[in-house]
Amino acid sequence: MFRKRFPPEEERRVRANDREYNEKFQYASNCIMTSKYNIITFLPVNLFEQFQEVANTYFLFLLILQLIPQISSLSWFTTIVPLALVLIITAVKDATDDYFRHKSDNQVNNRQSQVLIRGSLQHEKWMNVRVGDIIKLENNQFVAADLLLLSSTEPHGLCYIETAELDGETNMKVRQSVSVTSELGDPNNLFSFDGEVVCEPPNNKLDRFCGTLYWRDKKYTLTNQNMLLRGCVLRNTEACYGLVIFAGPDTKLMQNSGRTKFKRTSIDRLMNTLVLWIFGFLVCMGVILAVGDAVWEREVGSLFQSYLPWDPPVNNFLFNAFLSFWSYVIILNTVVPISLYVSVEVIRLGHSYFINWDQQMFCSQCNTAAEARTTTLNEELGQVEYIFSDKTGTLTQNIMSFNKCSINGQTYGEVTDPLGPQAKRLDFTPFNPLADLDFCFYDDTLLESVKVGDSHTHKFFRLLSLCHTVMSEEKSEGELVYKAQSPDEGALVTAARNFGFVFRSRTPGTITTTEMGRPVTYTLLAILDFNNIRKRMSVIVRSPEGRIRLYCKGADTVLLERLHPCNQELMNITSDHLNEYAADGLRTLALAYRDLSEDEWEAWSESHRCADKASDCREDRVAAAYEQIEQDMMLLGATAIEDKLQEGVPETIAVLSLANIKIWVLTGDKQETAVNIGYSCKMLTDDMTEVFIINGHTVQSVRQELRRARERMIELSRTRDGGKESGMEGWGEAYFSGNGLRGGQEGDGTESGGGGGGGGKPPQCPPPPPPPPPPPPPPSPPSNLMDNVSGEFALIVNGHSLAHALEADMETEFVSTACACKAVICCRVTPLQKAQVVELIKTHKKAVTLAIGDGANDVSMIKSAHIGVGISGQEGIQAVLSSDYSFSQFRFLQRLLLVHGRWSYLRMCRFLCYFFYKNFAFTMVHFWFGFFCGFSAQTVYDQYFITLYNIVYTSLPVLAMGIFDQDVPDHRSLEYPKLYEPGQLNLLFNKKEFFICITQGIYTSVVLFFVPYAVLSDATQSNGVPLADYQTFAVTTATALVIVVSVQIALDTGFWTVINHVFVWGSVGCYFSIMLALHSQSLFRIFPNQFHFVGSAQSTLLQPVVWLTIALATAICIVPVLAFRFLKLDLKPQLSDTVRYTQLVRQKKRKPAGRSVGSAWRGVGMVAEGRLGARGGSRRSGYAFAHQEGFGELITSGKNMRLSSQALANFASRHSSSWIDTLRRKKHNHTHTPPSASGECSPAPSCVSGLFPLGPQKPIQLQHRAQSQLHLQGPAQAPSSSVLGSSAVRCHGGDSPGGWTLSLGSVQEALFGWKGFAGRSGASNSQGLPPVAKETSHIE
Amino acid sequence: MMASSYSAKDEDGHITVTGPGGAALRSKKPENTAFKQQRLPAWQPILTAGTVLPAFFIIGLIFIPIGIGLFVTSNNIREFEIDYTGVDESSPCFNCSQNFSWNSTQPCTCSIPFSLEQSYENNVFMYYGLSNFYQNHRRYVKSRDDSQLNGHLGSLKQPSKECEPYAKHENKPIAPCGAIANSMFNDTLELFYNDPNGTKVLIPLRATGIAWWTDKHVKFGNPGDGLNLTAEFQGTTKPVNWRKPVYELDSDPLNNGFINEDFIVWMRTAALPTFRKLYRIISRKDNMVPTLLRGNYTLEVVYNYPVRSFEGRKRMILSTISWMGGKNPFLGIAYITVGSVCFFLGVVLLIIHHKYGNRNNSADISN
Repeated sequence: MFRKRFPPEEERRVRANDREYNEKFQYASNCIMTSKYNIITFLPVNLFEQFQEVANTYFLFLLILQLIPQISSLSWFTTIVPLALVLIITAVKDATDDYFRHKSDNQVNNRQSQVLIRGSLQHEKWMNVRVGDIIKLENNQFVAADLLLLSSTEPHGLCYIETAELDGETNMKVRQSVSVTSELGDPNNLFSFDGEVVCEPPNNKLDRFCGTLYWRDKKYTLTNQNMLLRGCVLRNTEACYGLVIFAGPDTKLMQNSGRTKFKRTSIDRLMNTLVLWIFGFLVCMGVILAVGDAVWEREVGSLFQSYLPWDPPVNNFLFNAFLSFWSYVIILNTVVPISLYVSVEVIRLGHSYFINWDQQMFCSQCNTAAEARTTTLNEELGQVEYIFSDKTGTLTQNIMSFNKCSINGQTYGEVTDPLGPQAKRLDFTPFNPLADLDFCFYDDTLLESVKVGDSHTHKFFRLLSLCHTVMSEEKSEGELVYKAQSPDEGALVTAARNFGFVFRSRTPGTITTTEMGRPVTYTLLAILDFNNIRKRMSVIVRSPEGRIRLYCKGADTVLLERLHPCNQELMNITSDHLNEYAADGLRTLALAYRDLSEDEWEAWSESHRCADKASDCREDRVAAAYEQIEQDMMLLGATAIEDKLQEGVPETIAVLSLANIKIWVLTGDKQETAVNIGYSCKMLTDDMTEVFIINGHTVQSVRQELRRARERMIELSRTRDGGKESGMEGWGEAYFSGNGLRGGQEGDGTESGGGGGGGGKPPQCPPPPPPPPPPPPPPSPPSNLMDNVSGEFALIVNGHSLAHALEADMETEFVSTACACKAVICCRVTPLQKAQVVELIKTHKKAVTLAIGDGANDVSMIKSAHIGVGISGQEGIQAVLSSDYSFSQFRFLQRLLLVHGRWSYLRMCRFLCYFFYKNFAFTMVHFWFGFFCGFSAQTVYDQYFITLYNIVYTSLPVLAMGIFDQDVPDHRSLEYPKLYEPGQLNLLFNKKEFFICITQGIYTSVVLFFVPYAVLSDATQSNGVPLADYQTFAVTTATALVIVVSVQIALDTGFWTVINHVFVWGSVGCYFSIMLALHSQSLFRIFPNQFHFVGSAQSTLLQPVVWLTIALATAICIVPVLAFRFLKLDLKPQLSDTVRYTQLVRQKKRKPAGRSVGSAWRGVGMVAEGRLGARGGSRRSGYAFAHQEGFGELITSGKNMRLSSQALANFASRHSSSWIDTLRRKKHNHTHTPPSASGECSPAPSCVSGLFPLGPQKPIQLQHRAQSQLHLQGPAQAPSSSVLGSSAVRCHGGDSPGGWTLSLGSVQEALFGWKGFAGRSGASNSQGLPPVAKETSHIE
Repeated sequence: MMASSYSAKDEDGHITVTGPGGAALRSKKPENTAFKQQRLPAWQPILTAGTVLPAFFIIGLIFIPIGIGLFVTSNNIREFEIDYTGVDESSPCFNCSQNFSWNSTQPCTCSIPFSLEQSYENNVFMYYGLSNFYQNHRRYVKSRDDSQLNGHLGSLKQPSKECEPYAKHENKPIAPCGAIANSMFNDTLELFYNDPNGTKVLIPLRATGIAWWTDKHVKFGNPGDGLNLTAEFQGTTKPVNWRKPVYELDSDPLNNGFINEDFIVWMRTAALPTFRKLYRIISRKDNMVPTLLRGNYTLEVVYNYPVRSFEGRKRMILSTISWMGGKNPFLGIAYITVGSVCFFLGVVLLIIHHKYGNRNNSADISN
């Protein structure tokens, strides 16, 4: 962009409706330009950019060297042709990119907007909008520029915007115009508006704006509350008018689109290192040959002068040697061919297209295909070791569904038989015409209960229909749309709606419902709003009969304490239910009501009003008032909401962890929610050896907790390995469960339940045996011990602890602890911390990291990880914009990594190996020849051959291999996640492999030179003419080279598609035809000085000796390779070889067994996901409610409702209009109070880590599902089902302490059962247990 | 390669997705073609014992017979080589080799007697061989003007600068120019059969048919119509080291000037510093008599070409040829060796495979 830039703006002055005045300042127009070139500047600018690449400059340098006749060992075109080709390809790519940028720029610039010109609205293109114009926006339109909101059709000059594009937040935001301008309703008034805005210069701060409006000699302060920024969408507002303040490149959106860090893959870095080494090698070769030249010139050349004098400027052998060095640099430069970089780019581009084209990564619901947004990282996808995942919207759909409920001690929604026939989805329509058709519920007993008119059930749903802050919109009769501020609430209200208690509409003072088909209007007396401390909300309503009732819903821990004592029995039952729900990973709420007499209400109302008006400590007073009335409530029941996981999340996580990828969940959510999700997506399982919680508030406590966790791990793994399962295990368990309970009790005391699930309840189990004296703590375990810790551990870290853990001196401690765990969950993490955690692993583990997320809060993490993946889901596109790959479902990650990543890595490695090999084989021949041609830098080959070798004769087969090769088919790599490991260990291309490649290349070059040398030096044609002339030698060597490298690529190619065939055979064919053409008479007749080789091809290739030589050289080159490969395959087959072999034999037998195994296995996974299988016993609070406070006030103030003016007038008097400020203040407080003050999940600082949930003990039983599964599948599928089985072996928790700590013995028993079974199946099949099965069954 | 994180396209794409008309969108589902889904039918070869081991045996079984055939053929070829450089004082050419000057007008001749142990059937080929002569040196190889040699008049008068420093002499263009031409081999070799009854019989040597067909007919050509070479080469000078100009190389107009075959043969540079070039062909006269009888011969050399200065050697070689050319024992031996190694490797790998090979490979196939 070469826009003229004026000295930086100090402040911006904009006068409305005065283009002439504004033009003085030369503000940027609203035309955006993301393109880099135009037709004229393209060539120079693009070339300039390209020559900034080191490789290109290097080749330019070579080109210049070649123009010096004394040095030139090759014609200039041997370099310029490839260089030009590379430049052209790159230029074409850049031009295409830029063309599309131009196109999209044009599209955006030509969007229509309505601009107020001369008092009337005119349609104008976006790019013609000027600073100072007043434009009109309509609902659902994009904001064209940064506007100052002047007026809106909504009352109070309010308007709603969605800022998803800008900051990724999906919830709607409110903007309000300055009061004086909000009255300028129509265009005529606006036209006369001539206010002047003086404000800050353009900047990239999205949440800040300060300026002043001068109008009619008055000053009005402008803040961000008055601004509509480009990129936002207007919602729920019919229309509004705004004054353009910043346009085009000055908008905050454009100011924010900084240049992103360019990511490189580890292969890239390795490649660059290797290229440097090769340069070093090249210089060494040059020096050796130059020394040789000096010696030769002195010893031989000087005597040979009469036949071959030196070139004029050369007068001594040293100078000649110096020139010879450069000559050799020129001819040996092909060891680093220019086509390497281009080929790598082409291959990556191909892989990216395959990702974009993959149907199995296409989500039909959202019509989004996967997209590789960067084309340079593909092979790194095959090397990922750590995945950092966001929770909301990534693992979960952010859709809440009403799953279960407990009403008056009766639980509903339980699917009784998890393996039975699929329960039928209830059809609500005959019963209730207002039902939401998308609502799913399976238990018809609840519907029956509603139908028979059970009063508890009715009260239950009435509460749900009244106690909330949802807004409804009824576009046509019966077509209700709920706008819920939190998805949980939406789910609850929708549930009530379907069960016959339909919330229809609300005004600030009323709630209208349809109860069992009968319209009822309640008077809304008060909303006792939610906040994070109260963890509950209540409404007080007056029914049409005049009864006043308070309905309350909230976290069980809070609510159950405030019940009337007579509820004791019901409370016990309900809390049992709550625990069950929590154990299933559901989000629970308890519901209660209280009848109020008129007097009580009056009294409370008065005290509340007092508190509300209090100037000091208003919030505390209000809270106290709320507290006062939310007492002695009657328990109604509990709800359980499923935070719906995205499809296939548990299986994906299972498969990825089988692939040895560690998954860390970094979420901003609360610990409870995060842990719930951890369980429901099977990251945490009940058979984990142990789950550690790091919850400390001080550096010391965090350090202590980490250390203790490590000691514990080592201890446990020692006992595991030691094989003294029974005795020691029992002790360990008992000890630790005691410890855990202690933690839980401490947690209870602080009302937070940092781990003590059933807080506030009398313990249901006998107190655990007193903990035995703890063994003397060993000194901090050395970290190498941590590497071989066995057992499944999980770590849960709270945000405030993480802050300490990320401090410099704690880093290593944290990393060593966390990396020994199978699952790590960090909750309450800020976006910055997410990035810090990623950086931590990047620096300490040197591992490839992948971050996946969907929201703006994941952007930092996505940018700092090696690979960033954006979920193109509901939370806007900020994450997608900064990501490298995007798709719409978390489960596609397994395909991206295990299939595409694995293939990419494999292909790239094979490509690089072969590429270096072929160039060494090609180039080193010159080195050997140097010893026979007086070190004169004479080439072995024809110069055309040198020019074309890399770009024509050998490029396509290796490209085809690099793009299409597959070792095992895609479904196999999902079946055997272990296939992913070579990538993580970097086995396929590393320095060792590189040396093997170049050794092979050098060996080939030796063969290619010395075999023709030995054969041809004495040989003659069949007509007696000697064959040892230079041209015959050149043709023979070149042909042998092309054939050898073609055979080699044929050996390397594992997947021969039509394209491979065409390319391999085509390249060889191409070689012969081009050579015959270049050696033809007709070309020679035109340019006799350019085609010296006339007739060589014909006369050489007719000689049987030449062909015998080529065959001999090929055999000598290939036979050892073949032997080595065979030995490697035969003696030490890799998993992929075995899988491939199996595949081959299956194909031969024409049994499509492979596919059926895969699908059967996937099917099983689906079942496991579809039902949250029963997990008994463990006690965890499932309370989780994503709710923001402040909306209650918004409702009662009526600000967000479109009302008749009278109704509004009624309320305006009663409520302060500064609700926005209140809302903002609260939000502000909330985010800035230290976590301990929010008091939500933070036990007292003294609380140390412990076993998180603690439950009554029951004998541990093994679920025999795995085995039964095996039986179902039959022996034929044993290997793949074992994969499932190992992850599916689970325990029924029970009454025993540490109910969810898996007893080792039972695991082993299970495994033995397995092996026994597998053995049996093998025996019955008269075949041994396949090695694959063995391998996978060890993965636990 | 910096990427801007904002592109208008993204902003735009989002509109179309979320816009009100979203339902009417065409599906972005990728096409279900075998190519795009990477499901192209493919042959997936794998190195199994069943394919590799037979391959080794087959290579062995093919190479060994070929090798034996080549070896036998090569052994049947008669070849005789004599070094006439005259390094030793005992050598007849010692004197000639000592007093060397390019410009000496007095030809130095020497005759070397030798005897053939066997009679040579069929056509016999006579070569001269040079050692330590770097015809493959870069500066040497490029020092020629193919355009001039092809008979282009322009290049004849204005030789390419590649020919430097042998492009011009005394301001006249050299024809043929360049170091290769300048250093043309100019010994004359004659062969006499010493009849048992004492007479020396001159053996007729054919000087044509010794160059590549394409060289003679395409690559090299005399300027003009080639009838009056003296006139055509008017204004040029002979190469510095030559005794006579190029148009006096032979009396036969079809073997004179640039298309003189001795010249063409010399101009086809050798790949290695030790090389031989075809000098003459001794055609066989009739089927009954061998071309060269067993007995004593004399090689008469007009010794012009100096090689002592750079420690070079000159040889004369007589050879018969077969379908695969001249004597070439290496090829046969190499084939036999490689064939045997392959066969041996096959056996070793077979043993290894049977003893240690991963038998499970085949065991888990059938499950």
